[in-house]
Amino acid sequence: MSQNSTKSVNRQQLRKLLLQILPSESILVQEEDLRPYECDGLSAYRQVPLIVALPDTSGQVQNILRLCNKINLPVVVRGAGTGLSGGALPHEHGLLLSLAKLKNIISIDEKLRTACVQPGVRNLAISQAVDHLGLFYAPDPSSQIACTIGGNVAENSGGVHCLKYGLTVHNIQQIKIISIEGELMTIGGDGLDCPGYDLLALMTGSEGMLGVIIEITVKLLPKPDCTQTLLAAFNDISKAGNAVANIISAGIIPAGLELMDKLAIQAAEDFVHAGYPTNAAAILLCELDGSEIEVATHADAVRGLLNNSGATEVLTAQNAQQSLTFWKGRKAAFPAVGRISPDYYCMDGTIPRKSLARVLQAIADMSQQYGLAIANVFHAGDGNLHPLILYDANIPGEQARAEEFGAKILELCIEVGGTITGEHGVGMEKLDQMCVQFKTKELIQFHAVKAAFDVKALLNPGKAVPTLHRCAEFGAMHIHHGKLPHPELERF
Amino acid sequence: MHNIHNDFSKNLQNEVLQAIATGNTLTIRAGGSKDFYGRKLTASNVISIAEHQGIISYEPTELVIKARAGTSLKIIQQALAENKQMLAFEPPAYNEKATLGGTLAGNFSGPRRAYSGAARDYVLGSTILNGKAELLTFGGQVMKNVAGYDVSRLMTGALGTLGVIMDASIKVVPMPEADITFMQTISLDEALTRLHQYSRLPLPISASCFYQDKLYIRLSGAERAIDKAGKTIGGDQLNNAHDFWRSITDQTHTFFQSELTLWRLSLASNTAAVFPEENTLYEWGGALRWLKSDASQATIRSDSHLINGHCTLFRSTGSRNQVFQTLPAPLLKLHLRLKHAFDPYGIFNIGRMYPDF
Repeated sequence: MSQNSTKSVNRQQLRKLLLQILPSESILVQEEDLRPYECDGLSAYRQVPLIVALPDTSGQVQNILRLCNKINLPVVVRGAGTGLSGGALPHEHGLLLSLAKLKNIISIDEKLRTACVQPGVRNLAISQAVDHLGLFYAPDPSSQIACTIGGNVAENSGGVHCLKYGLTVHNIQQIKIISIEGELMTIGGDGLDCPGYDLLALMTGSEGMLGVIIEITVKLLPKPDCTQTLLAAFNDISKAGNAVANIISAGIIPAGLELMDKLAIQAAEDFVHAGYPTNAAAILLCELDGSEIEVATHADAVRGLLNNSGATEVLTAQNAQQSLTFWKGRKAAFPAVGRISPDYYCMDGTIPRKSLARVLQAIADMSQQYGLAIANVFHAGDGNLHPLILYDANIPGEQARAEEFGAKILELCIEVGGTITGEHGVGMEKLDQMCVQFKTKELIQFHAVKAAFDVKALLNPGKAVPTLHRCAEFGAMHIHHGKLPHPELERF
Repeated sequence: MHNIHNDFSKNLQNEVLQAIATGNTLTIRAGGSKDFYGRKLTASNVISIAEHQGIISYEPTELVIKARAGTSLKIIQQALAENKQMLAFEPPAYNEKATLGGTLAGNFSGPRRAYSGAARDYVLGSTILNGKAELLTFGGQVMKNVAGYDVSRLMTGALGTLGVIMDASIKVVPMPEADITFMQTISLDEALTRLHQYSRLPLPISASCFYQDKLYIRLSGAERAIDKAGKTIGGDQLNNAHDFWRSITDQTHTFFQSELTLWRLSLASNTAAVFPEENTLYEWGGALRWLKSDASQATIRSDSHLINGHCTLFRSTGSRNQVFQTLPAPLLKLHLRLKHAFDPYGIFNIGRMYPDF
């Protein structure tokens, strides 16, 4: 999609043009300054950008975009760079627009329970800023210490608590965006809806393809009176999967419902000593919140459901400290796995809950077949899997094998009626799987949406939605059940 | 599963193909319960979705129902109620012909909206028929899905101007164990103050309404929990609460029985009252205000009344030329481009939302 971008501007010429907008310290051109921007949280993909711009006002952002539009320069927007799908991977001939300096909390409205913030504000910083008011911002991706709200909107981030409180799209009220043409637009408002199309939904999760988000008004919620955490151990992972369905069908929506398998339990226990039963095949962590009475009622019911589902042990956190300890293992699961394997590859498919047992078994079988171990840590309540494929990039061929294994997992997710990405986004990483999940006519519709916002395809070119050409090439290598995908396309 | 014989996708697709070939425009219509809503239409033909109906799948443990657009809300709500589940956004049915398609096309949401979210918040996926007569599927049946742009939510509230919603997968929620409604006799100012105080507390409020010196608050949840919350809120318990909230949702309450034009104001919940109190009914903690008035468009739409909010001419026997709030120029331009991206020949519901498309 970036064919129309020009290579006519070199780094020094571009720096000169940017100096009319930014002070020199806000423009990075030296190789050693550009290097930290070469990848986001998915470090398997690396590319040094042509130049990095670090504006600290929205006016500067506007002028930078106008310049890029004028000279047909690709723009990749970056927040904290914690994304896991390569969405902020720089463009070789493009400008990397870092919004990290736009990190002010503009205002907090106690009455309306909203906070207006710049995109570079960290997710957790919002909840911290309103904690004294008894409020919090609900979406809590596991990178919440570092990730920024702008990136959260661009990816429609979730987290442990989205089972009950929804994703980013459910928790924002207004955004201000700047189009590639440099036009500032306010989307949303102070009311609970706005006239015209729901552009707030369309922008959320659009992965930097449609516009640059420069201000976000988030909704805040009153902190629940009471929280209770239960930990259940199972000797069979499919029993844990069934327990999840049993809790939900009993009409209880926990604040969080997380599952970890044996390898993840052991890695986490070795790392943070959370007191997990290391002989268990799986554990379920269930957090209930609400009023004291509601939590007590639901905790009794959930304990019964867990026991009836075959739990070998059900622990109830006796106090806030123990609850934190239970969660510590879950929250440290990724780095814990990082300790036992030189590299790991984190997948993000979502499946209907009823398919949990089947998919977990299939993943275990594939793990044997590929000779790569797998640890499962995931948001079981909403069927969002995060299988971690363990590999060693220094062993020739292992990374390629891990990627192929990951791709197979995602295709399995589609097969059972799920999706290739629940919360991490498509980015660079899952372009090929987009060809499996969507048909040509849907991809064409996506490209038409993109063109409505960015006709020259300068914003984050080559990400999120694959070109039809790419799908045709991928299809040629990948014939599923003897059916050629996208048969209407020419093969190259 | 069942209702396969009610799949009219191919027929509807052919109707669009024919419209492309003949240059006709189409008005999308299912039950027709919302014919009064939006600008008046001038389309040459009607494309009827009414027969394209039936629940395609419903698995209570997955908390998802998938149904064709022509399915009546009543049928969906009955199926859910049998499993102690419900649509969380409490959609209105202005008459019994209200369908899922119409509800989504207008993003119609009832009293629960302020506390649990709107129709758009519960849409997980949909099949649409675009202006090129293509049947396209977006989203899915899982709660978390960020693959591709969120076209399903974009279609919700687009009033059919981007295409036909053919079917949709909707997240459903468990019915609360119990509901209780309290009524307090207080002034408007006091009511708004209290609503803001309550909204800062973790109370299980599921609806609120103020009309003629009466504040109504509904609590929903575990029986013991709402009893306790009721003690915080106080007031007299309303006996016929279910009927009361239905009358607000479906607009059968006496407030709505009027020849005057009905305006819908969606504002910051703490916006001061500017219109005569006796002609205004408040919902959503103050964020939604229904106004009966014979005042002019210009008066009602005066900027000072609508700071960062908007106003819709909801029902009127008079002119329906300007119904929705005017969009700023850059946003209007984007709307036109999106319209073109989905409906390049300009077939669907031309002018229903804005005169420009």
